Amino acid sequence: MSSIAKKKGFGATIWDYLTTVDHKKIAVMYLAAGGLFFVIGGIEAMLIRIQLAQPDNDFVSAGLFNEIITMHGTTMIFLAAMPILFGFMNAVMPLQIGARDVAFPFLNALGFWLFLFGGIFLNLSWFMGGAPDAGWTSYASLSLASPGHGIDFYALGLQIAGAGTYIGGINFLVTIINMRAPGMTYMRMPLFTWTTFVASALILFAFPPLTIGLFFLILDRMFGGNFFDHTMGGNTIIWEHLFWIFGHPEVYILILPAFGIFSEIFALFSRKRLFGYSSMVFATVLIGFLGFMVWAHHMFTVGLGPTANAIFAVATMAIAVPTGMKIFNWLLTIWGGSIKVTTPMLYALGFIPSFVAGGVTGIMQAAAPLDYQLHDSYFIVAHFHYVIVGGVVLAILAAVHLYWPLMFNQMLSEKLGKWTFWFFFIGFHLTFFIQHFLGLMGMPRRVFTFGANQGWDLFNLISSIGAAFMAVGVIILVVNIIITVVKNVPAGNDPWEDGRTLEWAIPQPVPFYNFKQTPLVRGLDTFWIEKQEGNKVGMTYAEPLSDIHMPNNSFIPFVMTLGLFIAAFGALYHGEKDWAIPVLVLGIAITVGSMAVRSIKDDHGFHIHKEDLMNDKGGK
Amino acid sequence: MDFNKKYTPQTWPDHPEQVTLEGKNKFLGFWLFLGGETVLFASLFATYLALKNKGPSGMEFSTDTLFELPLVFIMTMILLTSSLTSVYAMYHMKNHNFRGMQTWLAITVLLGFAFLGLEIYEFNHYVHLGFTYGQSAFSSSFFTLVGTHGLHVVIGLGWIILLMLRNAKRGFSLYNAPKYYTASLYWHFIDVVWVFIFTVVYLMGVVG
Repeated sequence: MSSIAKKKGFGATIWDYLTTVDHKKIAVMYLAAGGLFFVIGGIEAMLIRIQLAQPDNDFVSAGLFNEIITMHGTTMIFLAAMPILFGFMNAVMPLQIGARDVAFPFLNALGFWLFLFGGIFLNLSWFMGGAPDAGWTSYASLSLASPGHGIDFYALGLQIAGAGTYIGGINFLVTIINMRAPGMTYMRMPLFTWTTFVASALILFAFPPLTIGLFFLILDRMFGGNFFDHTMGGNTIIWEHLFWIFGHPEVYILILPAFGIFSEIFALFSRKRLFGYSSMVFATVLIGFLGFMVWAHHMFTVGLGPTANAIFAVATMAIAVPTGMKIFNWLLTIWGGSIKVTTPMLYALGFIPSFVAGGVTGIMQAAAPLDYQLHDSYFIVAHFHYVIVGGVVLAILAAVHLYWPLMFNQMLSEKLGKWTFWFFFIGFHLTFFIQHFLGLMGMPRRVFTFGANQGWDLFNLISSIGAAFMAVGVIILVVNIIITVVKNVPAGNDPWEDGRTLEWAIPQPVPFYNFKQTPLVRGLDTFWIEKQEGNKVGMTYAEPLSDIHMPNNSFIPFVMTLGLFIAAFGALYHGEKDWAIPVLVLGIAITVGSMAVRSIKDDHGFHIHKEDLMNDKGGK
Repeated sequence: MDFNKKYTPQTWPDHPEQVTLEGKNKFLGFWLFLGGETVLFASLFATYLALKNKGPSGMEFSTDTLFELPLVFIMTMILLTSSLTSVYAMYHMKNHNFRGMQTWLAITVLLGFAFLGLEIYEFNHYVHLGFTYGQSAFSSSFFTLVGTHGLHVVIGLGWIILLMLRNAKRGFSLYNAPKYYTASLYWHFIDVVWVFIFTVVYLMGVVG
């Protein structure tokens, strides 16, 4: 089977990816698209640091600077970090639980296309009259006053991309609940699967408030609504609540899978069972739960009153407890382990001090009175980059190296990988550590320049030099990827040699049906158990070899998304162009029509027969 | 699994919507989706409560003068009845009585259209009074909350009609049983949301 795939022409390969419902191919597309947006967001970050490298700089104008910081934040959160993590969830989670695919392969494809088209729509703003410029939080009092179409692109683009994320979240939840292999009880699930599970639950409950917030923004700006306009009785604080009821769980949606990735890495390269597995699961669920209780700590200075501020301050500090449990469990996993310092392990080791630093500044801001001093200063910028870059981005870079052999059957160069790590890690601390002090010295965030007499010159210059280091690290990673892809040396089975969980037990390259026979899971770290007992196949099977049912490819997800993409232009130019309403109706008709086609057409999938499976040797 | 296998009332399983893995996944996935929908409507309700009776200074509209309970009460009764008829439809699905199910679903759809007609009449009435969408924060939040519910009714009607037409000649199978079941779940959800709208928007608006 896999040999047929290799002989396809270029056009057929493109068509295959446009119509695929295979979680492994969708994972590759998430990784590629997310990686591209990561580079775009990174370039925007470089522009910011160039502008701020010296006082009274006029490298970019004030207005353009606002657009760049808005797009940097929005792109990195919605279009880079989350999709790349979704890529790894797609690639790894079904294999970890012994499933042949996710629960809804069709919706999986739809979720990807929605994200991609939403991202493209948002970025088209650069070429169609200017990008959004009200910050990634897009507070309503600012965003309603923003001229041009930038904010409209933001609201509509995120609406489309957010729908994709929401669909993905439900899909992962159902997959984990319904499709675990026999013996894979909840308390035997690898930590990455657990964190995917909790992050998906957060997506399920956090994205609807964002949907509604964006919906209000769209209605206010394009269709005559009055939700945020106080002269018409509206209330701008409603946006802030809705945004942060989404926004705070969102940071846990990002960091929990990162915790999962690091948990896998620590156990794998310490060659030791994860310390305190049950408490890790407990901490993950608790963080997910508390994540919904703390949104107003972003709004301490709004004036909600001392009672509300006190409650949210205490709830926020409580999150430090489960997070601390995790940190100690990781340390105790390393302790006494037989450690291999590979590239992923280097990232994991670098992650602990970086993330702890970010956590400690988080506790400082949780104290509401102190937050009045720190609010909207560079201290905040330093804090959230310490948790997002020091946590999520380090995890993403670690996972790129860790899971590359699983996804592509090739090993990235360890030597270049370590170069990437050191450049990125040093650059990261150089850029952001000093921003804490800039904040304490009074430099506000989101300013496009500063005066030469304010004493901020040197620290800003150091910060910009750090950013250049990070850029070099990313460039080395890109070079590493190109070299690896061109060389194309097969990595083979169990490429890290000490794989513990099911995803490493599959022969490489992974067959498109994943498991020829569904495995029987005999404990936590089931592959490790099998290897310890001398099982050459690495798996105990739960069923005899029999026919496998697979879903058909479909082009409908792409068309469905295209309809919304077209409709978004209609909404954008509503009340301005004559063709706006017809285009809006046309787009929605395409989407609804393709939903109807999907519903009416019989699509039972196909079977791979037992005989073909026996002849297919899989990887080797 | 042969999806088009024909069953008789004797061989038809007790829970036809949850026999296949696809059915189980749809069942669970749809419940989760409704969980998200609940948060969606909760956000709309919270916004409505925050913006209720708020408008430009000197606004003449308020809930106690605008809303009239008799019409809304009739709408409520119609929608509650349609929920009951969809339960009858599911009862017939469990007993493998295809014609019975289609008939009760048809009645459900008719009641849904009656509800929708009255809602359009009601909105039209408000607009003629000058209570337009952009009139105030109150009007925006009212029309958005109730209108989003109305949109759900439209989608639910379209979905059920499509299912009825598609399967009219095919009869039951384990492939379409989960589809009917989730559609009926959706219809119940729409009904539950309306109960809250009736209480929070209309009853508490006029009496509370």
